[in-house]
Amino acid sequence: MEKEKKDNTPKKIARRDVIKSLATVPLLGAVAYGVIKTRKNALLNRDISDVFHISSSDALFLQPKPDGRQIRLGLIGFGIRGNQLMRALGFAEPSYIDNLAEEKKNNPDDTRLDLFREQDNLNIVINGVCDIFDVYGEAAQRAGANINREGSNGKSGPVPKRYRTYQELLAADDIDAVVIAAPDHWHGTMAMDAARSGKHVYCEKPLTWTVPETYMLHQTIKETGAVFQLGHQGRQTACYQKAAEIIEKDLLGHVNLIEVCTNRNTPNGAWVYDIIEGSNPQTIDWKQFEGNKDRIKEYTDYMKSNGLERYMGPEERDQFSFERFFRWRCWWDYSTGLSGDLLTHEYDAVNQIMHLGIPASAASSGGVYFFKDGRTVPDVLQTTFEWPDRDVSMLYSATLASSRDRGKVFMGHDASMEVSNILSITADRNSERYAEKIKQGVISTDQPFFTYVPGQSKVDAVTSATELYFAQRGLLYTYVNGKRYDTTHLHLREWLECIRQGQTTSCNIDMAFDEAITAHMGTRAYLEGRTMYWDKDKKEIVRGEKA
Amino acid sequence: MENNYSKSQLTLLVILRLFIGWHFLYEGMVKVLNPGWSAKAYLMDSQGIFSRMFIDMSSNAGLMKYIDFLNEWALVLIGLGLLIGCFARLSSIGGMILLLFYTLSHPPFLGAEYMMPLEGSYFLIDKNLVELAALAVLFVFPTARIFGIDNLLYKVLPVSFRKFII
Repeated sequence: MEKEKKDNTPKKIARRDVIKSLATVPLLGAVAYGVIKTRKNALLNRDISDVFHISSSDALFLQPKPDGRQIRLGLIGFGIRGNQLMRALGFAEPSYIDNLAEEKKNNPDDTRLDLFREQDNLNIVINGVCDIFDVYGEAAQRAGANINREGSNGKSGPVPKRYRTYQELLAADDIDAVVIAAPDHWHGTMAMDAARSGKHVYCEKPLTWTVPETYMLHQTIKETGAVFQLGHQGRQTACYQKAAEIIEKDLLGHVNLIEVCTNRNTPNGAWVYDIIEGSNPQTIDWKQFEGNKDRIKEYTDYMKSNGLERYMGPEERDQFSFERFFRWRCWWDYSTGLSGDLLTHEYDAVNQIMHLGIPASAASSGGVYFFKDGRTVPDVLQTTFEWPDRDVSMLYSATLASSRDRGKVFMGHDASMEVSNILSITADRNSERYAEKIKQGVISTDQPFFTYVPGQSKVDAVTSATELYFAQRGLLYTYVNGKRYDTTHLHLREWLECIRQGQTTSCNIDMAFDEAITAHMGTRAYLEGRTMYWDKDKKEIVRGEKA
Repeated sequence: MENNYSKSQLTLLVILRLFIGWHFLYEGMVKVLNPGWSAKAYLMDSQGIFSRMFIDMSSNAGLMKYIDFLNEWALVLIGLGLLIGCFARLSSIGGMILLLFYTLSHPPFLGAEYMMPLEGSYFLIDKNLVELAALAVLFVFPTARIFGIDNLLYKVLPVSFRKFII
């Protein structure tokens, strides 16, 4: 080395040096062999459009018109769901904003405050609120007045009027439309009264508590022409639109079994909600909570005439109870149980995707197997629905005491499709449609060959590694034109736009009727322990023989 | 050029260089030849103190195009450089930089869970870091000046090139 340092003049290059220089170059040939072999696989034609052709369009949502008129809203019910709906409309209590700001301070990655503030302005005003619990009613007023989405130090707008009864709210002439988030046993009655008062209606699911009111509400909405939306915000899930297209194009082969599930494992998920401070017989109008007389009669008549008294009560209806007020979902006296609360979401998604309508039959089983807290509604429930005219069954399987996720799966002869916020399709190893692609190694049957990630995927091509990663990690949100949206916000927005533009909502009264009857069939099958049938011509639920 | 390596030292150092070069070259070529390949999902999955930076990078589609291009071709060129011994020390530095980025985006900390599960168990040191250390060894014990194109370059290029490049 010393010698070299002194002598910097280029040396003469000997033959031996050339050989040494190029000694390792032949290895390139070996790498090239591997690369060529791999290249064949990498460039293997991943296009599957000859057997799997779907449109490249992203989901469509009814877009607001810029010059739409302002809609004046009234809110009935400001419990847990009422709060969520108000926030989806752009109105939150200042204390909620304070909390989000605090969370953001502690964790800069917490974007909830920004997302809420960036949520589109729906051009609405909250003119009236109604809740029979003072704490909720006053909170609803604070939320409705918070037009600038600010915390406690912010400047609020006019305070909406608080009505003690929903009838008074419906009589107000400065309200065009109402959002109903009362307990299940009030849905149908309030929706009917609202439509008859000339208000448009957004009603939380399930549509109804009793079967008779289902028909009356359907008729009332039809007669009054009110713009009605049932609160299945899943209607705004981008993947469901793609799923409907996949079914329509028969890309799964004949779908013969659908499995939908509910899996929860927390007290909150099992409807054991907090008893709110400040609640007592003076701050809660129990008389109103009891329900509408006609509805109670329909319920009582049905239960008693079928020997189902054991599912009623057990406490008297006029006896004040904190549990029953805050955890009403646990008792048939106010609730529709798993069928109405959670099956309906699943069914509505399936109905949106496959347009199945009311099933020909329903059979249920289950029980109170975990939450032995005095509830009368089951915490484990299986209901099977049959559509023999479409040659398909749907199994709803639910538990409130295990959070093992089982997905929403459409099983076809050629492939199965799992749908959530993303959609993935796995070819069946015995598929005929995809047999050749499977043989060629283009489609693998071990993992999804197609994954639709809204706004990310290329259609008509085998799932890329990136999409698969997305799918596995669930790193996904619903985006519309590049902006992240909450489905409840989109669902309310659609309803408001339908009012402005005179269009029909996606979860309109006909869809809602299908939902309600289907849920009631499942509920009755459970309560009575026998299969329920749907008489299509008479439009009636017919009981089967007792098992 | 003259060297002070024993025969077995030289042989094993050359083998180490070829192995790493082979690994980089093949990894790079596979990505170059796969038009759908992108580091996006990998970067989105980043954890640790630099994760915010990597996740932000992944969400910038324009930037990702350059990152993917740079990553693919850097792998290829580094691999080629090591394999044929051309600018081998520069390639070692380049390789170390790439591996450092991979490690910073997916640090092998306890409790870190990644999409692509590792095939072994790692704490602080993973295979990326072992390869990084091996490249450092190759940097301080250069062999391409003996077996490699650098043998020729060493003779024709000015002396200032010798320190970090060949």
